[in-house]
Amino acid sequence: MAYAIEAHELAKRFKGGVVALDGVSFAVEPGTVFGLLGPNGAGKTTVVRILTTILGADSGWAQVLGHDVGHDPDLVRRLFGLAGQYAAVDENLTGRENLVMVGRLNHLTRRDAGVRAFELLEEFELVDAADRTLKTYSGGMRRRIDLAAALVTRPGVLFLDEPTTGLDPQSRAGLWAVIENLVGAGTTVLLTTQYLEEADRLASRVAVVDHGRVISQGTPAELKAALGATVLAVGLHDAATAERAERALAPLSDKSPHLSGASVELPVDGGPKVAMEALRVLDQLGIEPVTFVLREPSLDDVFLALTGRSAEQDAAPTSAGLPAPERAGRNGEARR
Amino acid sequence: MSAPAPVVREPAEAGRAPGIGARLGWMFSDTLVLTRRNLIKYVRIPESLFFSSVQPVMFVLLFRYVFGGAIRTPGVSYVNYLIPGIFVQTMAFGAVNTSIGLAEDLQKGIIERFRALPMARSSVLAARTLADLLRNVVVAVLIAAVGFAVGFRIQTNVLAFLAGVGLILVFAYALSWGFAVIGLFAPNSETAQVMSFPVLFPLTFASSAFVPVQSMPSWLRGFANHQPVSVVVDAARALMVGGPTTSLVWQSVAWSVGIVLVLAPLAVHRYRLST
Repeated sequence: MAYAIEAHELAKRFKGGVVALDGVSFAVEPGTVFGLLGPNGAGKTTVVRILTTILGADSGWAQVLGHDVGHDPDLVRRLFGLAGQYAAVDENLTGRENLVMVGRLNHLTRRDAGVRAFELLEEFELVDAADRTLKTYSGGMRRRIDLAAALVTRPGVLFLDEPTTGLDPQSRAGLWAVIENLVGAGTTVLLTTQYLEEADRLASRVAVVDHGRVISQGTPAELKAALGATVLAVGLHDAATAERAERALAPLSDKSPHLSGASVELPVDGGPKVAMEALRVLDQLGIEPVTFVLREPSLDDVFLALTGRSAEQDAAPTSAGLPAPERAGRNGEARR
Repeated sequence: MSAPAPVVREPAEAGRAPGIGARLGWMFSDTLVLTRRNLIKYVRIPESLFFSSVQPVMFVLLFRYVFGGAIRTPGVSYVNYLIPGIFVQTMAFGAVNTSIGLAEDLQKGIIERFRALPMARSSVLAARTLADLLRNVVVAVLIAAVGFAVGFRIQTNVLAFLAGVGLILVFAYALSWGFAVIGLFAPNSETAQVMSFPVLFPLTFASSAFVPVQSMPSWLRGFANHQPVSVVVDAARALMVGGPTTSLVWQSVAWSVGIVLVLAPLAVHRYRLST
């Protein structure tokens, strides 16, 4: 079948030899949400900039709705909408003026641009603020007007670069609902995020990106399945006890345990059975857990298993040939 | 938040390349849309209003009433000598807005957004310089009003005076392209401003704008006599208060055209590279 978005072996090196992308490939089926998940500096934004024709790739190719972004940038620019990590709308203009400007720059007539701006202001509940400059908007309102601006031409493909970074939970939930509605109506969405919960909630497929490479790809369920059915999380009194507990629990699973501070997390397949075994082992050593939880794995666990680091706390430098120190060993890594 | 109801569609334009006529039409319309956006900003930001209007008035008052008494200008009253110079100095200073505006747009990411829109590439720079030209027209009216209020009188005729103002506007437009280059190299708007002034100060003050070049030390006179600001000031002064004009006017037009020919391609090149 024809993909809505396709990237093949995209590579990009910036001045000074910093490798931003080192062969990124993925394909997005029409009408789905595809999540690019990874920490800051992993290369997610660079992928979006290449797909949206802002930046040229050094090698590899990419298509949007069947059109090559490098060969046909003018055409491709008419096919997608882009909402950025930093809402790139003009704060000295009013909400309405921003939408009309984007409409006019998409070569709508003045009348059509005005009508479309009004529709979007209504849909995004910004009618009351329509004629105030964006300086007076809250963070959530700015993201909404930014997303509205990306939808002026009713694009079939929407790129959202960290659409909810820095938003409060309520605004985030609101934006999620909007995105789900768009997908329900047939829009294809490529979303970058460092929030594992966000990819889990919205995306039907996820590519985990780290140091300019896709290190894993699949449905959120597949990624979790590869990790183990459940995660056993045990909290102890102190770090020394936690180390003893880690050594004792390690044989219970074929996955590696993660130690951080006074807690140990172990991906397991057996669920309750392993939990009973774990309690027995700890009891024999005279270790009394403070907390003892069996939970569903999150995408954060996936990232931790794949890279040895947590995605949410990490701001990895993307340096050529310089693996981040955390890669050396996973046991020294603080979880939270 | 209510749910937007998008309609998936291939835009009507998709699939066929627009003709050259349509492209030129869009380039023109994109430039006007962005020019309007740039001008709105000038009106809504108080600091920019201050630099556009209050600062030139202060300079007129400062030189007319504070320094003016100490400056000898043979054959012409100082206020008549000063006002053509003030025109040029103010508009040259105004050209810094081009570098500040561009650096700010780059920094805030709005130019990234423009690059992802199906608009003409060239319209960002064209709109920036056009907006600054229009802004300068307003500033010119203001300076003329203040100039007349403090005693400036046209010694030639109104047409020649207007030609002088036009000559300065063309020069300021050319300078805008130079400052566009600075703005595209600067990491942010503050730096763009800081980078602009070392260029601007020698050009405007080591010139015939405020004092006769003969009063300067000989080592400075060579530069001051031949640099473009002096040429444009002398040409505008000749048109406004009298003197031989032809050669000076041609020289200043040549400077303006030369600056655009050299620096506009450089700015466009730099704009293409800056992402």
